[in-house]
Amino acid sequence: MHPALPEAHLIACHECDLLQRRAALPPGTRAHCPRCGTVLYRHRRDSLDRTLAWTLASTALFVVANTLPFMSFEMGGRVQQNVIFSGVQELLAQDYLPLAALVFLASMLAPALKIAGLLYVLLPLKFGRRPLQIVPTYKLIRWLGPWSMMEVYMLGVIVAIIKLSSMAEIVLGTAFFAFSALIITTTAASSTFDSALIWGEADLES
Amino acid sequence: MRSAAQLGLTSCHDCGQVSRAMHHADGFVAHCPRCDAPLHLRKPDSIRRTWCLLIAAMILYIPANVLPVMSVEYFGASEPDTILSGVKVLFATGQPAVAILVLFASITVPMLKMLGLAYLLLSVHFKSLWRPRDRTRLYRMIELVGRWSMLDIFMISILIALVKLDAIATISAGPGATSFAGVVILTMVAASSFDPRLIWDQKGLQR
Ligand SMILES: [Zn+2]
Ligand SMILES: [Zn+2]
Repeated sequence: MHPALPEAHLIACHECDLLQRRAALPPGTRAHCPRCGTVLYRHRRDSLDRTLAWTLASTALFVVANTLPFMSFEMGGRVQQNVIFSGVQELLAQDYLPLAALVFLASMLAPALKIAGLLYVLLPLKFGRRPLQIVPTYKLIRWLGPWSMMEVYMLGVIVAIIKLSSMAEIVLGTAFFAFSALIITTTAASSTFDSALIWGEADLES
Repeated sequence: MRSAAQLGLTSCHDCGQVSRAMHHADGFVAHCPRCDAPLHLRKPDSIRRTWCLLIAAMILYIPANVLPVMSVEYFGASEPDTILSGVKVLFATGQPAVAILVLFASITVPMLKMLGLAYLLLSVHFKSLWRPRDRTRLYRMIELVGRWSMLDIFMISILIALVKLDAIATISAGPGATSFAGVVILTMVAASSFDPRLIWDQKGLQR
């Protein structure tokens, strides 16, 4: 994108600031900082196609995970069924607005925005076009990273199930399995994504 | 081995592009030539900002552990649970593996995170030359594990949505949960406002 930048061949470690020369990496490998050991950059294989495939799968799974029943709880002849959003609703009903917002952000909003952002960036790229505002979109995706906590949420679900298993019958719904698969596809999408796509570094890509 | 800053170069926080640091009387006002983000040699005001967030987290840690995070009402009898008593219940009901997991995520991790950050801040303050590589590794670990402490909050949100069978059993959230979530968020933001490159900025480490 900026082949004219005089410092394009340099890289400074983001954890210790050691200045180094950026070298072309073979696909599927990564470069470590010789001083502090941090991963400096990677060259991912077929980044565009693979990330797009995982993101399309994530889109479908996200819809299933958030619409179908997540699990149901049966006790004394009464059944209580819930979806992922039920926890947010109940926190709101009990007047815990900040907690409701946090759970909503971590389990639904941040993952949804990440998937949407990736689709917005990758689909036009696939057809040889650069979408408008590609850099701000990429920054948003990166910024959302730590606030998308589906895998932590899943662990919370498992602990809740174990806590309740002694007092009631728990039945897992379709959304539970879709959500588990969604964790795998979104993790795969971020591990195949190469930021070289954003900067249009075709030379690093091929 | 020289750092970019020593050579008057700065790398963009957002995209990593290295460029010449432009000096101005009031700090740096230059923008990244590739992505237009404002450039800084180091994260601005890193030490003071991290201390403030860390101290706020430590203060909030007290109500987070003293106040109940949820209460279970079972056939009319209400029983409040704190973070610690929740772990005790898991141990008592014969779930040691889960109890250890929750103990680790909601007590050990936040504690180690706060102590670790305080240690890193002090080590930078006293210009420590001791094991910079391990201190960088400690920082990386603090950044990585922090979010797992949210486990308890998510568990509570699921429990209260499932267990609402009026007369038989009801679970409701408690004020400790808000404080606890606050601790986790504050330590996450504190960790990201700390700049690990400060560890390496000591003269003795530059060759
Ligand atoms: Zn390094
Ligand atoms: Zn930049």
